[in-house]
Amino acid sequence: MGKPKVAFFDFAGCEGDQLQVINLEEDLLQVLEMVEIVSFREAMKGHADSYDIAFVEGSITRRSDEARLQEIRRHAKVLVAFGSCATLGGINLLKNFQEPENVRRLVYGDHYFQYETYSARPLKAVVAVDAEIHGCPVSRREFQAVLTSLLLGKTPEVPNHPVCVECKMAENICVFEQGMTCMGPVTRAGCEACCVSAGSFCWGCRGLVDDPNADAQREILSRHGLSLSDVIKRFRLYMGFVEVSR
Amino acid sequence: MNGTTSIRLDHLTRVEGHGRVDIQIRDGAVERCQWQVVEAPRFFEAMLRGRKCHEVAHITSRICGICSIGHTLASLKATEAAMGIQVSAPVVNLRKLLLHAENIQSHMLHLGYLVLPDLLNAPSVIPLATTHTPQLLLAIRLHRLGNEMSDLLGGRTTHPQRAVVGGFTRWPTPGELSQLRSRLASALPEGIRLAQFIAAHAAGFPTFQRETEYIALVGPNEYAFYDGCIGSTEGDTFTVDQYRQVCNEYCVPQSTAKYARHRRDSYMVGALARINLNYPRLSATARSVAEIFGVRPPSCSPFMNNAAQMVEVIHCLEDSIQRIDHLLQDGLKPEKASWAVRAGRGTGCVEVPRGILFHEYEYAPNGECVWANCVIPTNQNHANIQKDMEALVEQFKDRPAEEIEFMVEMLVRAYDPCISCSTH
Repeated sequence: MGKPKVAFFDFAGCEGDQLQVINLEEDLLQVLEMVEIVSFREAMKGHADSYDIAFVEGSITRRSDEARLQEIRRHAKVLVAFGSCATLGGINLLKNFQEPENVRRLVYGDHYFQYETYSARPLKAVVAVDAEIHGCPVSRREFQAVLTSLLLGKTPEVPNHPVCVECKMAENICVFEQGMTCMGPVTRAGCEACCVSAGSFCWGCRGLVDDPNADAQREILSRHGLSLSDVIKRFRLYMGFVEVSR
Repeated sequence: MNGTTSIRLDHLTRVEGHGRVDIQIRDGAVERCQWQVVEAPRFFEAMLRGRKCHEVAHITSRICGICSIGHTLASLKATEAAMGIQVSAPVVNLRKLLLHAENIQSHMLHLGYLVLPDLLNAPSVIPLATTHTPQLLLAIRLHRLGNEMSDLLGGRTTHPQRAVVGGFTRWPTPGELSQLRSRLASALPEGIRLAQFIAAHAAGFPTFQRETEYIALVGPNEYAFYDGCIGSTEGDTFTVDQYRQVCNEYCVPQSTAKYARHRRDSYMVGALARINLNYPRLSATARSVAEIFGVRPPSCSPFMNNAAQMVEVIHCLEDSIQRIDHLLQDGLKPEKASWAVRAGRGTGCVEVPRGILFHEYEYAPNGECVWANCVIPTNQNHANIQKDMEALVEQFKDRPAEEIEFMVEMLVRAYDPCISCSTH
């Protein structure tokens, strides 16, 4: 039996998640001992039409891109949404809350009609997704863990506790106590609170935990001076698709 | 030559993003030769409307995974210009180091993983792990050094969190900087060895030249990445605020990314443009590496952009060592950025791995962004890729289709295009 075949694909996004695979540096050579990469346009020529695991980055922003995703779905035994654009819609969702024609006119002026677009959405709005790796960008450690699980035939574990838990473990001073505001209380962990540890705050890039206490979060944010419209904007930065689908 | 040669590359490989090539040669005449950009637009300029000034760099960083540091810094500079915020000399120095880190990472990704396979007749970097292990490990080590330098200064490799309006949320310690300095110093001879290896295989690039306008940031005192004016090899200089007179962006039906032109039909930005405009200000070792490749301004072969990137890696390593020495000499005194929100309009410009980058924003009095414009290096290169491709295909039209296809792929790759970034 040959090595399991792995393929990488991308739609609307920055390719920063596939870059984390290359950023494994020497460890990438170990990954290559376990799997055969059969498609990775960013890094290799050649392509195969059959693969065991497809990692798909980016969100879907054009109807004409759906067919390519459906074809990937048909050829893949396991399809992994790779990075927040793929799992949540990501930052691309920001344009969904503006009038579509205005969005196109603002960027392309009078030529706007040549440029197809529709509301940005995660992969799961178009095809069935078997596993998700959140993050903007994904963490290399989590990619390796998910790949290992899939190769062992296990279901990868997706953390379902808020970033606050990991932030405490990292011994950070709470962002709210530093006079800033934070999405950590409702955001899915797995990032080891890396933004707070770097002196910033949680932006919510890994999406909401299951059953988040969104009302309490709204209240905390307003208590720390955010207007209702600011609170909505904070949720929309990465979580806008959840908002419209509910 | 009789007969028809058709070359259609639906998704060109080993480049960032989705680009197509469509060429037809019939009875010895080139009938069609087109570079097409089919990447999905994301509409960043629209997405920024209504967002707070401190969020803008976080959002625009997502324009590009590979040059997220450059986008962050161009964005911060634009916001700082709009709000009249001055940053201190050490902050500027740390930002220049951060840009060097990204340049090392991005150039090594391009040269080691995307270009080297062409020179060694391999379909990808994967077989090189067994056929050219020591050279590949050299490239990986330099790539990792660039990434770890970004981690140390920016918080992480991609989408840095520490660089914010006014400065940094966290500063490296003197100990961390000294450690980085010694790693840079030991990487320098390794970089030279890799440069010698690549130069020894550079005959694999087609012999091709086309007179071209080159545009890059220029300054009197240093090889400009962060400060300066916009310079052109046609002799003009512009202030950063005048960038729209330089770029003159326009739409074409075959591309979701805009094109640009200045004095001619097209111009080129990137490492080769920088070297053509800033050669005397390269570090001494970088100039000696330029000699190995035979890069001398004005160099008009787009394939020399690969050599120019290798030269810049050496420059960035050497210049980083000097900057760290200055920072350590002056003493690191981490400062908290303090600034006030105000209405205004400002432009930020930096040189990123693929060339000169502009962000311009307008802010309302409450600090919300009301208008934005981003002009990306690969935007500015698309028209030049088209013009080079026309000339290259004309020059080699009698060659077999596979050979033309390979040369065209190498041509596009030489630009190291960031296609999804250019569409943004």
